[in-house]
Amino acid sequence: MLSLEDVCKSFGDQVVLRHLQLEVPRGTTRVLLGRSGCGKSTVLRLLLGLSDADSGTIRFDGERLSADSVQAVRRRCGYVIQDGGLFPHLTAEGNVTLLAGQLGWDRTRCAARLAELLALTDLDPGLMDHYPVELSGGQRQRVALMRALMLDPDVLLLDEPLAALDPIIRFELQEDLRRIFRSLGKTVVLVTHDLAEAAFFADSIVLMEAGSVAQEGRIDDLLQRPASDFVTRFVGAQRGLAVPLGNDAAQDGGS
Amino acid sequence: MKRAIAFLLLLVLPVSAQPEVTVASKKFTENVLLGELATLLVQATGTPARHRAELGGTRVLFSALTSAAIDVYPEYTGTITKEILQSEDIPDHTALRAALAARGLGLTAPLGFENTYALGLLRQTAAEHSLSTLSDLARRPELRLAFSNEFLDREDGWPALSAAYGLPHDDVRGLDHDLAYKGLTSHDIDIIDVYTTDAEILQHDLLLLEDDLEFFPRYDAVLLYRLDLPADVVSALERLAGRIDVAAMREMNRRARIERVSEAQVAADFAREQLDLRAVVRTRSLLSRVGLRTRQHLTLVILAMLAGCALALPLGVAAARRPRLAPVILGCVGVIQTIPALALLVFMIPFLGIYEPPAIAALFLYSLLPMVRGIFTGLEQIGPALSESGLALGLGSWQRLWRIELPLASPSIMAGIKTSSILVIGFATLGALIGAGGYGQPILTGIRLDDTSLVLEGAIPAALLALVVQYLFGMLEHIVVPRGLRLQRGA
Repeated sequence: MLSLEDVCKSFGDQVVLRHLQLEVPRGTTRVLLGRSGCGKSTVLRLLLGLSDADSGTIRFDGERLSADSVQAVRRRCGYVIQDGGLFPHLTAEGNVTLLAGQLGWDRTRCAARLAELLALTDLDPGLMDHYPVELSGGQRQRVALMRALMLDPDVLLLDEPLAALDPIIRFELQEDLRRIFRSLGKTVVLVTHDLAEAAFFADSIVLMEAGSVAQEGRIDDLLQRPASDFVTRFVGAQRGLAVPLGNDAAQDGGS
Repeated sequence: MKRAIAFLLLLVLPVSAQPEVTVASKKFTENVLLGELATLLVQATGTPARHRAELGGTRVLFSALTSAAIDVYPEYTGTITKEILQSEDIPDHTALRAALAARGLGLTAPLGFENTYALGLLRQTAAEHSLSTLSDLARRPELRLAFSNEFLDREDGWPALSAAYGLPHDDVRGLDHDLAYKGLTSHDIDIIDVYTTDAEILQHDLLLLEDDLEFFPRYDAVLLYRLDLPADVVSALERLAGRIDVAAMREMNRRARIERVSEAQVAADFAREQLDLRAVVRTRSLLSRVGLRTRQHLTLVILAMLAGCALALPLGVAAARRPRLAPVILGCVGVIQTIPALALLVFMIPFLGIYEPPAIAALFLYSLLPMVRGIFTGLEQIGPALSESGLALGLGSWQRLWRIELPLASPSIMAGIKTSSILVIGFATLGALIGAGGYGQPILTGIRLDDTSLVLEGAIPAALLALVVQYLFGMLEHIVVPRGLRLQRGA
């Protein structure tokens, strides 16, 4: 469904992606895992055409991404970022239905889709006339997810969607997200720096380091057959619950 | 919207079926009085006439006359030969008439007085030093002289005068004209320069030294008019020829300036007594005066702001979207702001004439900077996360602009429009300099007559208008700025 072939990207002197190879088959969930600055968010931005690769090929559904196709590709992708990226001047409903409205959907069609999405994301319909500033962090992310799903896209791209949430909210949302991914059968790319979260979501994890793939595989492969020192160190840096409980033990993961 | 524009145009465009004679005058009392008299004379023929008082200086009036924006105004022969037609050799009145005729202009016979420079002193001082002519002054080097700066600097002023008469005084002070009279009466100064029709000559009973070598050029008052005026109007204007001697002019100036009788009243009294004209002086009530000026002022401001918004929006958006264009656009609208208002107005007269159009054009230019800046800053301040969210949704460029970027920038845009409106309300008072009316008119007249209450009649409504507009924008912001943004700012 999605593929990056031999993609390089630099910002000035800083090399962000080095000859990256990545393949995401249709209907699978792929997690991009890594430390901040390893280039994992850049992959999503390249897939959406928000920035351009220096070299290499990006394909969406077999077709090469180009200036002409980028708008259509964006409409087939749902994109959610850390703080939701909701427009503060629009209500929750305004945010969710903005694009549909621009595409000429009528009221009934919008309302019907909205009702489906509310049920799917388990959000109180009464919140739909609230502005983003009036919503909690978790509610904002659910609205952002509804916005991403509004046009029933083939692909969901999520960039650290849960990183800014407190642990309890995050726990609930993780559960809901996995349920949604599985029930909808979407192609999902999720970016996180949290190994536990990656393990929870992924069919397959792509651990990245300094712009290239350090290891790709299931969580067991990473834990039991680390491909390099970096993988060993990254996996080892995750605090397990076997460690005596301190004040910060509840801070699940974190690198 | 179309209706609103048509309505606004109606406010600006003079509606008249019958050809109307427009008399204008310069920005000083004597010229305004002569303008009033000329208007009364034209009206007496049955031809409608109106007086555009205090329209501007020599340059503005003369170009307005040649471009047919006005039909008549009072002028002085010396000014025509020395300032307007300075490059031509005009030895006498006949030559002057011919030079003007070539431009489609005519002038009446002299009205009977001249307004030129003279040196004046208290009669007591003159008697003590037995002075009566300028030649006598050469023998009195001990006298203290103080002149207006203009007279000191003009080549045909003090430098030429002292050379012509061989005057020995070298410690000559420069002084404001109004202060000079005070210095004279307090005996700090002995001799000052005056205009021969100054009201203060009567007030302080001054003696003017005789120009026995005929050094000063003749500044005979005349009426300058367009040759395409109907014959009966021209002969009506000629009725004023030879009818005002210097004493009569001084007396009229004295009543208007010192006694503060309105110019219309002074002119009407003179017309009744000397020209046997029955003139009724219509005085507007304070409310109707302020109402009229409010309408004129608002017309200038609203039209300028509408045009300003229409241009500022694309400029601001272009500056925000094209980083290379930003310094050029912001630089240009910034430079406009530094052009002095008067220079900008004068610069526009050749293209747009006088009255409202050049004033609106100048105000339109001044309105741009705050609005373009507001739009630019507002768009710039939208964080990358939000602008990319719009992109990532797959919204087109225009959809992002209208649905996301402009609403997000609306607080800054509204602030820009508000600043611009208040700035333009202030600047619009300068419209009176070229006959566009508004609150500037009483301010201008008040300054000329040293009449504070008249200045306040313009300044207070202008300040109130600015406050009202500020308040209205506060309410408008509530409507225009999306609630979500206001909640966010409050949070």
